[in-house]
Amino acid sequence: MIYEVSTLAIVIFLFFVVTVIGLSLYFGNKTKSASSYYAAGGKIHWAVNGIAFAGDYLSAASFLGICGMIAFYGYDGFVYSIGFLAGWMVALFIVAEPMKRMGKYTFADALDSKFNSRAIKLTAAISTLVVSVFYLIPQMVGAGAIMLPLLGFPHWVGVTLVGAIVIIIVATAGMTSTTYVQFIKGGLLIIFSTVIAFYIFQNGLNLKPTKDYHDFITLNAQVAEGNITAVEDDSYTIESQHNFENVVLVKLSKDGIPTWWKLNIKDDKASLEEALAITITADGAHLYNGEVQAAGRFYQVGHFNKIIIDGKEVESTGPVGAMEFLKLVEDSEIVRFSKKIIFDKNEKITVFYQNITLGKDIMKPGLYYKLDKGATAWSKIDFISLMLALFLGTAALPHILIRYYTVPDQRSARRSTILAIAAIGFFYVLTLFIGTGAMVGGGLDVESSNMSAPLLAKTFGIVLFSIVSALAFATILGTVSGLIVASAGAVAHDLMDNYFKIEMSDHAKVKAGKITSVVVGIIAIILGIIFKDQNVSFLVGLAFAIAASANLPAIIMILFWKKTTAKGISWAIVVGMVSSLGLILLSPTMYEIYGLPAKSAPIPLQNPGIITIPLGFLVLYLVSLFTYVKRSKTDKDTVSVIAE
Amino acid sequence: MLHGPAAELKEDKSIVRKTRLGLWLFFIYLAIYAGFVIIATFFPSMMGAEVLGGQNLAVVYGMTLIVLALVMGLIYNFFCNKYEQQMNEEDAS
Repeated sequence: MIYEVSTLAIVIFLFFVVTVIGLSLYFGNKTKSASSYYAAGGKIHWAVNGIAFAGDYLSAASFLGICGMIAFYGYDGFVYSIGFLAGWMVALFIVAEPMKRMGKYTFADALDSKFNSRAIKLTAAISTLVVSVFYLIPQMVGAGAIMLPLLGFPHWVGVTLVGAIVIIIVATAGMTSTTYVQFIKGGLLIIFSTVIAFYIFQNGLNLKPTKDYHDFITLNAQVAEGNITAVEDDSYTIESQHNFENVVLVKLSKDGIPTWWKLNIKDDKASLEEALAITITADGAHLYNGEVQAAGRFYQVGHFNKIIIDGKEVESTGPVGAMEFLKLVEDSEIVRFSKKIIFDKNEKITVFYQNITLGKDIMKPGLYYKLDKGATAWSKIDFISLMLALFLGTAALPHILIRYYTVPDQRSARRSTILAIAAIGFFYVLTLFIGTGAMVGGGLDVESSNMSAPLLAKTFGIVLFSIVSALAFATILGTVSGLIVASAGAVAHDLMDNYFKIEMSDHAKVKAGKITSVVVGIIAIILGIIFKDQNVSFLVGLAFAIAASANLPAIIMILFWKKTTAKGISWAIVVGMVSSLGLILLSPTMYEIYGLPAKSAPIPLQNPGIITIPLGFLVLYLVSLFTYVKRSKTDKDTVSVIAE
Repeated sequence: MLHGPAAELKEDKSIVRKTRLGLWLFFIYLAIYAGFVIIATFFPSMMGAEVLGGQNLAVVYGMTLIVLALVMGLIYNFFCNKYEQQMNEEDAS
């Protein structure tokens, strides 16, 4: 059985929750002013802020999503690591210092600092909310998804629990408690990822990854005209055969329990290779390898077919160095598990069959993204579009930008960004080892790629598994807190205070922020329950695309183009946001979600950035040009940093 | 409505030089990042070629992009500190 509820995991989780809530209540007593609520009083030390950046940024998508994607598709998952980190170069070199100089609590303040335009306040606040909510959904879905296997609670309990804890963190002390929660989480994440990597190198490469690893059976078979006629072990009965373009799957049964196999024919000899299968029966029951989940017939997988050192096959290597590990994986052959869905007699069966893949194909891009074999112009454009959105998205994420207001000055903003790059970069390097380690070390649950990092930790012992599982929750808590502070700032500060000009005392502003946090927290819980079955990393990618399309043109142009006008900024935000959302809703993935064929989508792009980011810049340019000419004599407020 | 930073900032005379340096470093990094994306997209087979210490181009290029981000960040910080010290102190004296 893959998942067993671990008491130790629950104890560590509770300890973390109590610490976090205690910390929040402690800071809550000290948080009286708006400045301390929204920006931690601008008094956070740069080193704390740097690690808090890492805690804010390394969300469930990074820890669970990227490691899982590498474990399933190799290098293609690592491409996310590269793009997510590269985005920090935009943040450091272009955005960090001006944001600190121009803003007060929110990024809308910075955009509006020279204009005092109601349109900017409104559009920037809405864009902050849209991006933050898009980012919140996958975090909450992730919280529910890991709660079930790890602690045994249903999805909605996981979502509600995370939501409730985050509401306490944010509603008590706002940015101060959020910062320290993110600092602790960022630090722990990096320490324990290093520990996992250490175990990987220490264990080396082994044909049998763990002592209790499942022995995959191969049966000899007889075939006539491509159809299976007999199996060597006569305790099996042949039930059915399903031919696909690239694979033939066979259903056998033994003692009344159905099992699934992949038919291989080589040099006129036929054999059956054991596969894993999940069956949904006509009455909705889920069977794992033919039996109910509690029977424990499902197991973790991921192993080598051959380990090759200097051209020779070996069974195990003993401890290896980091770069040696990657080299050996590249030279060897790995068993991945590919998926086929079969409808048979009112049952839906998902079969996961062994797919031997060369290490050299795993250690370069192409298994997930179609760039080489079977590539089309659209698949290449899609890849470029994703890389563009990752690069330009980071510096446009409101919950990241607000961290610049928690430090005292520009120098601290710069230093904390560099520390963040060091911490986040180090973590992203580790993702390649953790992901590949899970792929070859029996760390895969074929049903859910998100669980690869905790399951790899499980192969190293229950203590590490418990810590890593609790850490997965902490990861979500840290990021969700940041997102809710950003949303609260957008509603209470940008909209209520600045846009609607509601007269509020400093105390009332804090109260407004706290109430907003509770409301946004509840909305997040509801969305997390509604979007239960959505793919986590897909949604995060979309949040990046929307942020890059709506916010980045405004941020860049206000800094570097003198003729930027308030109308240009607000129109660019609206067009960038609407166009990126629109393209996402018309994308092939969304069509599949609607139950329509993916090929019928009007634009075969999954990632809208390549169209909508330039569109945002173009709109800002054209609208500014038009409105600037008319207002140029009176509007002296359009400035650029260069001009200063 | 009052804007401006949450904490009071001292006047900084080195903004223009820091911004210029930031732009230069940004475009250098962008070019190297674009190189990665172009090779992966249009010359995917090159990514499998062995280039350094038995590692292929994909691993070496990817790791380089991550390490380079930190190295360039430190270079940027070094010069920014220098500009801030020189220009703000000169002015004060």
